[in-house]
Amino acid sequence: MPVGRRAVLGTGTAAVFIAGVAPGPDAAAGETRGEATVATVTVELHVNGASHRLTLDPRTTLLDALREHLALTGSKKGCDHGQCGACTVLLDGRRINACLTLAVLHDGQPVTTIEGLADGETLHPLQAAFIEHDGFQCGYCTSGQICSAAGMLEESRAGMPSFVTADLAEPQPPLTDDEIRERMSGNICRCAAYPNIVAAIRKAAEIRA
Amino acid sequence: MKPFAFERPASVMDAAIAAAVPGASIIAGGTNLLDLMKLQVETPSRLIDINRLALDRIEPTPEGGLRIGTLVRNSDIAADIRVRQHYGVLSRALLAGASAQVRNKATTGGNLLQRTRCYYFYDISKPCNKRRPGSGCAAIGGFNRIHAILGTSQSCIATHPSDMAVAMRVLDAVVETIKPDGSKRAIAIAGFHRLPGSTPQVETVLERGETIIAVRLPPPLPGVHIYRKVRDRASFAFALVSVAAVIQMAGGRIQSARLAFGGLAHKPWRVPAAEQTLEGEAPSPAVFQAAADAVLAGAKGFGSNDFKIPLTRRTLHAVMAQATHS
Repeated sequence: MPVGRRAVLGTGTAAVFIAGVAPGPDAAAGETRGEATVATVTVELHVNGASHRLTLDPRTTLLDALREHLALTGSKKGCDHGQCGACTVLLDGRRINACLTLAVLHDGQPVTTIEGLADGETLHPLQAAFIEHDGFQCGYCTSGQICSAAGMLEESRAGMPSFVTADLAEPQPPLTDDEIRERMSGNICRCAAYPNIVAAIRKAAEIRA
Repeated sequence: MKPFAFERPASVMDAAIAAAVPGASIIAGGTNLLDLMKLQVETPSRLIDINRLALDRIEPTPEGGLRIGTLVRNSDIAADIRVRQHYGVLSRALLAGASAQVRNKATTGGNLLQRTRCYYFYDISKPCNKRRPGSGCAAIGGFNRIHAILGTSQSCIATHPSDMAVAMRVLDAVVETIKPDGSKRAIAIAGFHRLPGSTPQVETVLERGETIIAVRLPPPLPGVHIYRKVRDRASFAFALVSVAAVIQMAGGRIQSARLAFGGLAHKPWRVPAAEQTLEGEAPSPAVFQAAADAVLAGAKGFGSNDFKIPLTRRTLHAVMAQATHS
């Protein structure tokens, strides 16, 4: 039985329920994991402009749905606990950790990953700036850094303050290097390419301005 | 992660009914809950998704305050121009918490209900009275650098990790809830979180199924709003000590002082006697020390966290000096 917004809103009452553990012959659609068989959910993910109908174990994180079910392996699994930022994607244009949410929670919502940022063969300005400024070494954190920076530049343009913003009442806090560092603190780079990451983001911000 | 049933109720009342089923857990932003589920610290058998309910607005109240829906994302509260202009301490506290990615997902109610970051609570191979009541506390006598110095018990020395809740405590916010029978109640934030006592697994006064729908802020408080957070790195770290302050000066004297502390206890810590010590006085190091004495009355370190006692004193001093330009 699929879970979807339309199905739920249509009922008007409490209503969508998927059995978590459904042993026995009805488990054909399920996936066996150890002692229990898990009922699946049907989720429609809108990723980089394309729609995908997936049948998933409800425990599937958004990150695992992207990587393991849609073969979009640009988003990386670093810590899997929301601490490193390697899995950063844009949900409705806002940056989130794809590892810290379930795919089933985002039925019907638009997701943009690193694979969706370029315009055909033309790189996104952040991608070009990361190459120009050598904003990475091993590259594992880079997809998350770039998606996070894309979300960050939108937040900044919308007037979002940060913890280091001097005047909260300022409607458009200027994006200084200190602001970039604070706003990017959810993305860790263990190669410590930080100076070049900041330079790349500053360059992309200047192109936009 | 243990298997769970997934449910999406159509109304907040249905959510409360669903949440009252044993083993059920509401999921909103999920940034703390899913982390804990991956580690099997939390093992809900049913997940109640409330994300599509219309609880995501910030509205003015008739009294001149703001009502923040439980699903408003932390970043949206922090960025709201009314909050930035009139509740600066709340905006600053939110911006001090977690990372931008987490703040874009984390919700008002979820922030209040997040669990402690005690290492032993997170490690299911260790005893923890909060995770497995009666199993003991590995933090007492263990590595307890991040743990509480006030309001502790023999069962638990965990802290509440939220920054937002500390600011809400200084603002005297009110938590609005709905129960499975449809009745609603308003809970002053001062009485929302509990001290650990002998039941550290019971962290709030919420009853079974009772669901947060909003947090109400009283009309704005005049004065200087400060949120000072001391932590092991400059960003994306929990507070060792934090101070939320709203201080109003008049004629060179402290007219009113409100102070709440994070990182010290199982709940945001506020001591009226400390505030009374300050009120009516000209700012001076001696006055600030007297206030710190009142805040730290009964404080007790557990070894690795002994430093929090002088750190609280010094942080309070710094905040008061900043607020009073002294």
